[in-house]
Amino acid sequence: MKVTFILNGDVLRAEVEPRQNLVDFLRAMGLTGTRSGCEHGVCGACSVRVDGQVVRGCLMLAVQAEGRRVETIEGLSDSSEIADLQAAFHRHNALQCGFCTAGMLLTAQDLLTGNHAPSRADIREHLSGNYCRCTGYQAIVDAVAEVAATRVGAGIR
Amino acid sequence: MTARDTFVGTSVPRPNARRLLQGKGRFVGDKVLPRMLHAAFVRSPHAHARILSVDLAAARALPGVVACYDGSDIARQVVPFVGVLTHMTGMRSPPQPALAVGVSHWQGEPVAMVVAQSRAMAEDAAALVEVDYDPLPPVCDMEAALDPACLLIHPELGSNLCWERRIETGNVEAAFATAAHLAERQFVFGRHTGVTLEPRICLCDYDGSEDRLTLHYSGQVPHMMQAVLARHLNLPEAQVRVIAEDVGGSFGIKIHTYGDEIATAAVAKLLRRPVMFAADRYESFLSDIHARDHRVAARAAIDAEGRLTALDIDDITGIGPYSVYPRSSAIEGNQVLNLTGAPYRIPAYRGRLRVVFQTKVPTCQYRGVGHPIAMAVMEGLMDDLAAASGRDPAELRAINLIPDDAYPVTSAQGVRYADLSHQACLSRLKELMEYDRLRTEQAALRAQGIHRGIGLVSMVEITNPSPAFYGIGGAPIAAQDGAMARLDASGAVHVSCSVTEQGQGTETILAQIAADVLGVDPAAVQVTTGDTATVPYGGGTWASRGAGIGGEAMLRAATALKAQIIKVAAAILQCDAGSLDLTGGQVIDATGQPRISLHALAQMVYYRGNELPPGLAPELIASRHFRVEGMPFVFSNGAMASYVEVDPETGLVRLLGHWVVEDVGTILNPKLVDEQIRGGVVQGIGGALYEECLYSPDGQLQNATLADYLVPMAGEMPDITIAHVVTPTRTSALGAKGAGEAGTTGAPGAVMNAVNDALRPLGAQISQMPMTPERILRALGTVV
Repeated sequence: MKVTFILNGDVLRAEVEPRQNLVDFLRAMGLTGTRSGCEHGVCGACSVRVDGQVVRGCLMLAVQAEGRRVETIEGLSDSSEIADLQAAFHRHNALQCGFCTAGMLLTAQDLLTGNHAPSRADIREHLSGNYCRCTGYQAIVDAVAEVAATRVGAGIR
Repeated sequence: MTARDTFVGTSVPRPNARRLLQGKGRFVGDKVLPRMLHAAFVRSPHAHARILSVDLAAARALPGVVACYDGSDIARQVVPFVGVLTHMTGMRSPPQPALAVGVSHWQGEPVAMVVAQSRAMAEDAAALVEVDYDPLPPVCDMEAALDPACLLIHPELGSNLCWERRIETGNVEAAFATAAHLAERQFVFGRHTGVTLEPRICLCDYDGSEDRLTLHYSGQVPHMMQAVLARHLNLPEAQVRVIAEDVGGSFGIKIHTYGDEIATAAVAKLLRRPVMFAADRYESFLSDIHARDHRVAARAAIDAEGRLTALDIDDITGIGPYSVYPRSSAIEGNQVLNLTGAPYRIPAYRGRLRVVFQTKVPTCQYRGVGHPIAMAVMEGLMDDLAAASGRDPAELRAINLIPDDAYPVTSAQGVRYADLSHQACLSRLKELMEYDRLRTEQAALRAQGIHRGIGLVSMVEITNPSPAFYGIGGAPIAAQDGAMARLDASGAVHVSCSVTEQGQGTETILAQIAADVLGVDPAAVQVTTGDTATVPYGGGTWASRGAGIGGEAMLRAATALKAQIIKVAAAILQCDAGSLDLTGGQVIDATGQPRISLHALAQMVYYRGNELPPGLAPELIASRHFRVEGMPFVFSNGAMASYVEVDPETGLVRLLGHWVVEDVGTILNPKLVDEQIRGGVVQGIGGALYEECLYSPDGQLQNATLADYLVPMAGEMPDITIAHVVTPTRTSALGAKGAGEAGTTGAPGAVMNAVNDALRPLGAQISQMPMTPERILRALGTVV
């Protein structure tokens, strides 16, 4: 099937198999920052943003992206939208193997977009759909909490 | 070295984390090679079955399918493996084929293989493979497996016993007969598995023109895999290259030999094309090694002064149908036998271990390897003895911990320990967690019907192993590691080392060590790991050995390079080498004045050798190897505490706090050490409260999805407070012990003791992990 959507700001036209999910399609297009961890919507490694909402790339077919705006870690990195989150993750060592990290960053950005002053419990709750097997989560919570405080201080909403 | 150039001991952030944060990781699954094919496996749906026939015709006919193989086809290409270590006398395990031949021995064992142009095509074709099975009785329960009437999984062995070991020292029966107080309990430790977020994956690339196999590897032990592939595919070792770039979690899961991966390499060789195999999550649950699955009967005795007089443990563990090659599946039980009671003086000890075959997924080394069991058993008994003798649990531990100034000591099991600090760690832990205040709070809340508990653990962790672990048992696993350091023509420092990176920060600490010695910024040190073609030979990353062994090799190599640089500089500057040092990228003299930059020195050496004094033959490259000598293992130690609240109505456990005081010797990077401990604690909590591979009586794994197998999530984990006591190991100049498994070692026992501390006033006790709400309610008698 033919599909047309906006991928990280650029119009993309492609031929896809109807059964191919979005994460496999994106990876086949070379956007390997989005990863497949469980293929049944639990772990969150495949998180991408579709029309501004964080979704599981393994639970959405590529053809369902028709006419939508899809954003991945590559797009958010290039636009610098989450540069502060990335820097805070780096400082706090909020990643080890890095396999979950793209999904974690997108989900953290989603939280901070909707809730400007999340408590640590809010952060933990919001990130609970993203599994990290390495860090034990605390450094991730520290990084997100720091960025939340910095953005409020800087008047960034 | 000058004070300005001290990076060891500071929390240098990981340079290689930057690309992971931008989605620029280099994992095996990100690679695409020309003419690459994809493999999918047909796996046995039965726990135990005779394979009557495998019909590949329909699968072969599917467009896009390149080749299909059954177990016999693969057996012609792969020398079977035997997971036995020869120094563990009496251990047995039959040869294991890469794919099942004749009989399948666990649900998930690969039976047939399809190779196609895409993974989807390969899976479509795998669904068309017709396998005719004749189911055999499963052998699931480890105790029943030893019944003489039980079906034999491997009839040629004569029993389902893989290995048995007994230790007895001192007069155990006399000690129990005269004890002031006794504790006795049966512990059950469920099976769990590693759940690396990146499932197992390999990309095998065979170049027939050179008879060369390259494995793009998601794992921890490139040189071991090089030897394994060479031995089992009949290739010269030098013709096999193993490359590990980014690895999406490993935790010990990725140090083993898996039939599906070896078969993928064999097929790449047959087809003379690159073949990728990527396990999906379901396959991971059914084929990644599992761990634990122990039942331990344990008892201990104290005298009237509270001093331990005897310990008696009987551990039985089920390991699946084969001992896993090449590390063997008996190590976990052996460590339970060796390490239970390690922090304490115990005059009389009896231990028995039975390692039993069964028709479930094979078990093998996973983070902690026996330690979580050994610590939970001993610390559970300590709490029982404290209660029985009316002592505070911390007080009973303080009475029995081997004094910090008594080391080196040899335990009742014959294990040698040196440079430990149990007393200092326990005492620091009590301050850190405000133990006395917490006890007061606990008592006040109990009066209000709120059931909180405090659990303590004193623990040891095996790190930095010598060849006594595997090498002496005949396994192709190096206990030494090598490091290399060199200066390039720009004056930049390049280092490489045989220990590997899976996100724990190996490359960062190597850079820190080299930077300190060579007087440069660690961010400017170029680090290479994970490629058998370019790094020195060594064991890789397991048993918490990367920093202690790889780091020491790095220190020695960098020190040798420094001597080379200074020798050249002294010749150029016409001065005494003893007056020179390195800092800030410069050679400095005794007054601290820069005399020549590394850049200028390297330019002269590499481009303008004619300007050098005659006869000077500069070397700006050095390598050193290091292995631990004089001790079989370098132990780290620590103390840990958990604070929980148990809801007796629902059986739910809420984690309120977790504290760790750990002695890892010299701390190379505090942030990285603490994050290893935190991640380990959370994996330990997973085993204590949530994670279990649940089997039906007929050997079917019932929760092989991430929706059903519970791993810790952010919402339920506590913040973890960490402090350190520092006792450097004297086995190396660096003084670093390992830290990677400490958290997983202590956390399960701490949480179990905390839960039982909360339940004690209710007259209940739980001794089975994971401590699910249902099991807690059963312990309380509210669910029958």
